[in-house]
Amino acid sequence: MRHKTFLWFFLPTGLAMLLFIAMPIVSIVTQSIFAPHPAVLLEVESCTPLIGCTTETTIDQEATAALREAQPLGRFVGLGIYFDRGHLAIQEISQMWASNETWDGFFSELGNLPFYRAMAFTLTFTFIVTPLTILLGLVIALAVNSLHRHLKGLMIFFSLLPMIVTPLIGSLILFWMIDSRGVIGNALVYMAGDPNFSLKASTGLMWVALMVYGVWSSAPFAFVVFYAGLQTLPQDQIEAAQIDGATRWQQVKFVVVPHLMPLVTFVALIQLMDNFKVLEPIIGFSAGAHAQSLSTFILNDMSGETRQLSSAAATSVMTIIGVAILLSPVLVRTWRDFKGAR
Amino acid sequence: MFLKRIALAGSLAAFAASAGYACEIDGRVNIVGNEFAAIQAVAAGAKECTGASVESNLTSEHQTINVAGLSGNPSEYTSAIIANSSIVALMNEDVIRPLNDLVEQHGQDLQPGQLIKIGDNIMAIAFMANAQHLMYRKDVLEQAGVEVPTTYEELLEVASAIREQGIMQNPVGGAYASGWNLAQEFNNMFLGYGGQHFKPGTAEPNVNSEAGVNALNMMKALSEYMNPDFLTHDSNATNAEYRAGNVAIMNMWGSRASQQTTTEGVLQEVIDGHAIGAPLTVGGGDTPASTLWWDGWTVGKNISDEEAEATFIAMKHGIRPDMLNDETTPLAVWLIEGYEPAADAEGVFAAAKMGTPAYPMLPYMGLMHSALGNELADFMQGKESADQALADVEAAYRAAAIEQGYLQ
Repeated sequence: MRHKTFLWFFLPTGLAMLLFIAMPIVSIVTQSIFAPHPAVLLEVESCTPLIGCTTETTIDQEATAALREAQPLGRFVGLGIYFDRGHLAIQEISQMWASNETWDGFFSELGNLPFYRAMAFTLTFTFIVTPLTILLGLVIALAVNSLHRHLKGLMIFFSLLPMIVTPLIGSLILFWMIDSRGVIGNALVYMAGDPNFSLKASTGLMWVALMVYGVWSSAPFAFVVFYAGLQTLPQDQIEAAQIDGATRWQQVKFVVVPHLMPLVTFVALIQLMDNFKVLEPIIGFSAGAHAQSLSTFILNDMSGETRQLSSAAATSVMTIIGVAILLSPVLVRTWRDFKGAR
Repeated sequence: MFLKRIALAGSLAAFAASAGYACEIDGRVNIVGNEFAAIQAVAAGAKECTGASVESNLTSEHQTINVAGLSGNPSEYTSAIIANSSIVALMNEDVIRPLNDLVEQHGQDLQPGQLIKIGDNIMAIAFMANAQHLMYRKDVLEQAGVEVPTTYEELLEVASAIREQGIMQNPVGGAYASGWNLAQEFNNMFLGYGGQHFKPGTAEPNVNSEAGVNALNMMKALSEYMNPDFLTHDSNATNAEYRAGNVAIMNMWGSRASQQTTTEGVLQEVIDGHAIGAPLTVGGGDTPASTLWWDGWTVGKNISDEEAEATFIAMKHGIRPDMLNDETTPLAVWLIEGYEPAADAEGVFAAAKMGTPAYPMLPYMGLMHSALGNELADFMQGKESADQALADVEAAYRAAAIEQGYLQ
């Protein structure tokens, strides 16, 4: 394709990307390095029903309005918000480093900082759920592919159900099932022989439940991709392997999986990205006491009585950086393959 | 529920037709507010006005849209229905107007107690009050042979008696879901122990104190008698447990009192045994471990004077004394003239009489509430000490307050 043709072909996409991807990113980066102006506070008498009058503090609107007028973006704080306790907590970490002799002590104190605790869960979630999703998706795809053609359509539909169900609803249903009065929760209480046994009260079991949900909800995606890949499987290679006396397992290992490898990379990319931003199951399971992620931080910042826009923006930028770091090995590999192929 | 709503709408419409109480406005009115029966009744009242359009958007997500919806010029909404916690966000952003002139012109018959004054400015008109107070099963307490508690210490004894006699395994209920609810329960207990969230006159946090530690220890002691899933129970889930007969005693919102026995599927024994009481005190204090709330309406700043006047007239029409009838009276503890409290309202009135403190109406209270909600779950799970949890709360609050410009 000539360069000019390509340029015209790409222009609409490029413009849309600029408008809907690049501009918002510029906007959140700006938002994250500016914070609201210092509030000018005022003591006033405030009167409320049934209680009477008390002295309350409020914001001096006139003085604050003047500040806002002069600098509408807010006050420049640079990377201050990135380094505060709600985010990277640089100061707190250096104090911990100084006061702790052992790694154990350091890590247990580190787990007390929201960002690092959220990272511990998010990374565990990402690195357990992603491979399991790929594995389960592959198994389902192979199983469905070997079915009689009359059964295939029905099975594909059922295998896709977890993806069709709205994530929040799916997690809410599972949440009710694992409630100590729900089906699974009750069975666990019975098996544990302890009436006070509760899955929701245990951090470890809650993590397991979240990960089970994660695999359940995204396996259909991996399945669909792999199933499509299986339709392009060269039959002559399979037949050659069969003639060579390869078992079914060997056929899968040496013919099918290498053929699907580019798709595995693709699914891994998408899943790493999605799982790093885990949000719905934590909300649906009301698991806030046990697990947090960067996305739940953003939601908390935006939904409190006082919205913390700068903090939410900083967390968003860190999410983007986190995803970029996670994806870098896969991207580098894809780039190498691409260069090698030329 | 649906039938009830139709009945409510029907009776309001019939009422509007019969009453010769005209409401003429000549400006657009658009209301944003929370979604529950009492607010729906007020909005329906405002919509009786003729002469210009009156619209409303009542949703439980009102807090996430009201600041943005009042910020434009002219703004989408002309009135926001808020509570004492959420008015702060609107005042911080300077999007609501003082109502002094409008009250003078059109609001002379409002009760003095309905006017929410910040300094010299009337910023909102309150129409209902709310507080958390005791709800219990008198049949279960009788069966256990214990008196109705008046303090949290007594409540622990009651709970232990019910458990020991094998009547219920987890007799205490509480909206302890981590996040907003857990923080609110802490606020109650903390104020009950005489705590102050901030150092007077400043935004400096003050929760890491003896009152804070006592409050947390009492919450922990109570949680021993709760369903082990308590950190996931918000007030809806707690009420469901109560209606299902799994809970005998709890601290619950007054606004829920009238629905406690009328919701579908409530056990007969719960309907028969349901009783409400005054909020409890704690640690020998004389003010209850609870907070008083009001709901009221405001008028936006970024609208024309005609629209503001129309909004005031329509909203005032929504809370006029004769909007109270058999359908609407039990919906809330109204602050409207002529309201005769029903039995369900006793708890809230007792709370007011006992001098329950109002939920702090401070510009930075929302940040403190968020910090409490995020940091206290660790303590409730036994993962860290009360001191550590409160130190974490202060650190988290401090970071947020510095960002928002309340602390240097």
